[in-house]
Amino acid sequence: MVAPILPMIMSQAVLRRGGHRILGPVTLTLEGRGITIVLGPNGAGKTSLLRAMHGLDRLRSGSVSWAVPTEAARKRQAFVFQTPILMRRSVRDCIAFPLTLAGHSRRDARQQASAMAERVGLAGHLDQPAQSLSGGERQKMAIARALVCAPQVLFLDEPCANLDGRSTAEIEAILLAAREGGTRIVMATHNVGQARRLADDVLFVHRGLLHESGPAAGFFSNPQTPEARAHLQGDLLS
Amino acid sequence: MILKSLFVFFALAFSATASLAEDLKLAVTTSFANSGLAEILLPAIAEDTGINVQLLIVGTGQALALGQAGDVDAVLVHARAAEEAFIAAGHATHRREIMYNDFVLIGPAPDPAGVASAPAAAAALELIALARAPFVSRGDESGTHLAEKALWAAAGIEPQGDWYRSVGQGMGAALNTASGMDAYILSDRASWLNFGNKGNLALLFSGDPAMFNQYAYLPVNPANHPHVRADLAATLEDWLTGDHARALIDGYLLSGEQLFHFNATPD
Amino acid sequence: MGNIWQGLTEAARLVLHLDADLLEITARSLQVTLSATVIAALIGLPTGAWLAVSRFRARRVVVATMNALMGLPPVVVGLLVYMLFSRSGPLGVLGLLFTPAAMIIAQVIIIAPIMASISHQAIRELWADYHDLLISLNASRVQRIRALLWDGRRSLLTAALAGFGRAIGEVGAIMIVGGNIDHATRVLTTAIALETGKGNLALALGLGFVLIALAMAVNLALHFLTRTETSGRW
Repeated sequence: MVAPILPMIMSQAVLRRGGHRILGPVTLTLEGRGITIVLGPNGAGKTSLLRAMHGLDRLRSGSVSWAVPTEAARKRQAFVFQTPILMRRSVRDCIAFPLTLAGHSRRDARQQASAMAERVGLAGHLDQPAQSLSGGERQKMAIARALVCAPQVLFLDEPCANLDGRSTAEIEAILLAAREGGTRIVMATHNVGQARRLADDVLFVHRGLLHESGPAAGFFSNPQTPEARAHLQGDLLS
Repeated sequence: MILKSLFVFFALAFSATASLAEDLKLAVTTSFANSGLAEILLPAIAEDTGINVQLLIVGTGQALALGQAGDVDAVLVHARAAEEAFIAAGHATHRREIMYNDFVLIGPAPDPAGVASAPAAAAALELIALARAPFVSRGDESGTHLAEKALWAAAGIEPQGDWYRSVGQGMGAALNTASGMDAYILSDRASWLNFGNKGNLALLFSGDPAMFNQYAYLPVNPANHPHVRADLAATLEDWLTGDHARALIDGYLLSGEQLFHFNATPD
Repeated sequence: MGNIWQGLTEAARLVLHLDADLLEITARSLQVTLSATVIAALIGLPTGAWLAVSRFRARRVVVATMNALMGLPPVVVGLLVYMLFSRSGPLGVLGLLFTPAAMIIAQVIIIAPIMASISHQAIRELWADYHDLLISLNASRVQRIRALLWDGRRSLLTAALAGFGRAIGEVGAIMIVGGNIDHATRVLTTAIALETGKGNLALALGLGFVLIALAMAVNLALHFLTRTETSGRW
């Protein structure tokens, strides 16, 4: 059994881009089980928060630390981007890619990739170029690629932003199954309905700052800040 | 699979460098190469001596430079003053005269300058200069160019003006240029006879002893370059000055004409 | 027109008679240029990829230098290689002057910057696409370069073919370092120069058509091979 990488402690994290502060300072702790939804309007800093946790962007100040050294923790995380990054390979090879990076044999990687493709409903597309998939299939491929190394923590950035209802439902089912399997999920969305369906915990973000964090039930029934209240009512936040 | 084809590439690429035959590199001038005599001599040399002569066909200047650098084992050139300077500088042990041929004056068949009836080579050039008829010069410090300059000097003329075109190229390229512009040009007889793009050009003047062209063989000095095959160079020198070479050189005819005259003296 | 027609006829005659000399110099042309292409690809393509994914202080200078080297005049390369490998030069002891190996070296110097530059352009675009994914997956620099080279292989094939095209038609450098020695270093381009010098324009042009046909055949063969490969993979 691999050592757990949680809890993750983010302390006073700040991201800047082009002279502007786009995130922070944010302090939070990620632990436990289930699905944490990062909720907030477009441009609130949800993506920046996820990228900062995962270590994709260098912090201007503050820190992110895991229960194990960062390098080791990184190998137990995965990230799904809003726009799936498609490699110029077959679906099977795209999904197998993280395994080959991790040193699995090609044969083993391709076998596991096939099994994973079956789990997300892409079994019929294994030998197709990834570029030929539809929008929903592309995102399912990206999720399969993220799950194939059995990460302890899975970040997803608005995975259903541009998808129809059916694809969204399929992806939510995949995520709930992964949650049952013990994967800690952190997912950004601006969609309140999706947040209600999936969240165990909520981080509410607005203008680069963390306004609320806590269990989903309490957040949805009794939001503490006027911004969260407004967003839950469907008002536009500026 | 990729590795295997790579291996084949490299094997092919370097196999040619590991030849078993006794190779001797000889720098020769374009005029010699263009004569076609090499195709007669090289197989006979290989048969008689076992030496595989590799010809580097360059101008006299570059041939001597190759010898000086030790990149060839011997040179066969035709520029006496340059050869003597080469020996004086210690780049070759000695020079050995092998044979001579001659230069000919080529020009447009109607002969606007009237060189065909000139009494001597210098007078012919004088007529060309007077008529300001187009003249193509090699302009590359080759043996032929040096010979041309000597003839102009003998005529007391320093050729210049837009009729005098210095092309800075080999014999063939210069002949192509002359053919294209209907110009006069000094060529060695062999290159002229073998030249395939004569156009309007014709041989207008030849036979002046001032136009004789002596070829000499110079082995590169092994004291400067221990790797040169001085042994093979000596063997080749013996062969070139011997009876078989005499028969082949004197017997070589092009369009029914004898091109080269063997004049090596025995040791 | 007459001369060009004669050239075509001459080319047909040479090919139909399978002239032994023609076969020899054609094979040597291929041998020299394919070797140079493979070696230059092994050097140039990863270099271009490495420059695309690396960030270091002198990177801009290196990229600018590489782009400038693309325009290296072959004659100058030939002269430099000649002086390096001349018996009087620093590498003279190797005895490589006037051998196919020296010709390969000269061609590698001429085409490696072209391949590096084209692969740099292509890989840089791919790297922009893959950047977040490869960082997220914690790929090492070698793994990143390998993934980019593999996924960019079609662009890289184009880069390699550009190098091949420049090398197969090159005459200035290999004339100097190879010496155009019959049965040793004579290739199609130097033979064309020689025959032109002899005024055998039809023969020279015939050889030229053979050269063009050869270059096209290699291009088509590679495209065909890669297409069958990809259709099998995908």
